[in-house]
Amino acid sequence: MSENNMITPENLVYEKTKVMTDRVLHYCPGCGHGTAHRMLAEVIDELGIQGDTIGVAPVGCSVLAYYYFNVDMQEAAHGRAPAVATGIKRVLPEKYVFTYQGDGDLAAIGTAETIHACNRGENILIVFINNGIYGMTGGQMAPTTLPGMKSSTSPRGRDVATMGNPLKITELIAQLPGTYFVTRQSVHTPGNVRKTRRALKKALEYQKLNKGTCFVEIVANCPSGWKMTPVQSNKWMEEHMFPFYPLGDIKVPEK
Amino acid sequence: MKGNEALAEAAIRAGADAYFGYPITPQSEVIEYLMRENPADRTGMQVLQAESEVAAINMIYGAAGCGKRAITSSSSPGVSLKMEGISYIAGAELPCVVVNVVRAGPGLGTIQPSQSDYFQAVKGGGHGDYKMIVLAPATVQESVDYVKLGFDLAFKYRNPVMILSDGIIGQMMEKVELFEQMPRSKEEYDWATVGKKPGKNSVFVTSLQLQSEEQEKVNLRLQAKYREIEKNEIRYETYMCDDAEYLFVAFGSCARITRKSMEMAREKGYKVGLIRPQTLYPFPEQVINEMGSRVKGVLTVEMNAGQMVEDVRLAVNGQCPVKHFGRFGGMIPSPDEILKALEQKIIGG
Repeated sequence: MSENNMITPENLVYEKTKVMTDRVLHYCPGCGHGTAHRMLAEVIDELGIQGDTIGVAPVGCSVLAYYYFNVDMQEAAHGRAPAVATGIKRVLPEKYVFTYQGDGDLAAIGTAETIHACNRGENILIVFINNGIYGMTGGQMAPTTLPGMKSSTSPRGRDVATMGNPLKITELIAQLPGTYFVTRQSVHTPGNVRKTRRALKKALEYQKLNKGTCFVEIVANCPSGWKMTPVQSNKWMEEHMFPFYPLGDIKVPEK
Repeated sequence: MKGNEALAEAAIRAGADAYFGYPITPQSEVIEYLMRENPADRTGMQVLQAESEVAAINMIYGAAGCGKRAITSSSSPGVSLKMEGISYIAGAELPCVVVNVVRAGPGLGTIQPSQSDYFQAVKGGGHGDYKMIVLAPATVQESVDYVKLGFDLAFKYRNPVMILSDGIIGQMMEKVELFEQMPRSKEEYDWATVGKKPGKNSVFVTSLQLQSEEQEKVNLRLQAKYREIEKNEIRYETYMCDDAEYLFVAFGSCARITRKSMEMAREKGYKVGLIRPQTLYPFPEQVINEMGSRVKGVLTVEMNAGQMVEDVRLAVNGQCPVKHFGRFGGMIPSPDEILKALEQKIIGG
């Protein structure tokens, strides 16, 4: 039986969602972005909202996210995605709007836009990829870099006395009355991938209810920036990132 | 009506879909009027007070990227903050209207009127090679009409349009004739993100090109568009230029004061004309060049330290002396001192 003969509908167990394009991802081997993209795309597919979804890409590693998501998208200036998403949602309130942002974008240069969009309760989904480092620009310190963690701008490790503490922005925005659903997940094991998928699906379902901002943080690895193999980076993430950024729901809608 | 309020009403009537802004003197009446008027009830227009000018211009980006008619307003320090977003809007070729009710700077400066943001508006105040179409109203009526014109030009060229007003026009009350309410446009554009259509490629709005070859193509396309704008959209008014031996060039509120000086000069027997650019970009270069070949001297009158004078000099191209007279820091020149400057710098000079 040749390989081609095996490609039949009855043998199909899993297929690539049509909400991802066929472009080859530029992400480094072992990076969590690809899986995070795919989960969001699959959920959009599953909910049947591909034609009703508008995404906003950030500045950072996922700056080219609009090449990969097969939905209409806008590329925002660094940190401004929640403001751009606000503009979109206000003129097209019936559409599903999401931003996809990294830690530098969302928790450093765009802190004001993040907090105020969440505080207004904009009916958008914010997907926050937290890998504690600036991947795109070559491994500089992020607002979420752990104490003592090395980066190209904290070569001797993050010294909190002079460089400040890592910002737990997800806990912070969970305090705001405008947020409806706030959760922290990861995509480094099949079980965690499934949980992330469920969280993203819930968040988009909630968007229909117009109850406020849904915020899904995904703690992710950065093998290149952390200078580790993918396997090492996942282990390091479990041992160091998760104790500081514990996984799980932070704010869930009241029953 | 007060200038800022008339402009706000014009935004509603022009069928704007959204206004995003942040209060700053001397233009806060724009958002105050809109919040009071609640255009959501009249036309469905959305109004939001953003957390900053930075956020406001990025909300404009988002709405404009959906093909909607979006407008924001601010004053000088706030417009500096918007410059990042305006560069992105120009780069992504999105249409929008940005109003700058100019106050004097630099820095926090003063809340009094000025024209010291000419360079920022006309030369592209943000990063990268780009141009805004810049409309300079001299009356409350013009600031109303330019909202409508601004949206037309913004969508015609998919380019940001700036209405470069000032604290005088924003704050003064004048009779104004408002145009009839226009319906909000239902048009969907193929460049706008409104949701992917079945069988069609998804749309993305971006100003990013990682390859130099591709970015150069974008720059060349933008430049071609700007040449087209320069060919089609120059607007200006001339006063008593036919027999003029001397020429004033002034824009906005300063042109009104200068017109008075021109009349006073005529009474004294000086044959003086006035050119008032209504578009600062594209600049009425040709008419100023032609006048430059006929007159003995040109005086630009500006409420700044000499900004438009550089473009007037380029236009005159050495055919006659070009001098500048300005008051700044929020000071407004009187017709007398303008006339005196003409006599000293041009006629006697």
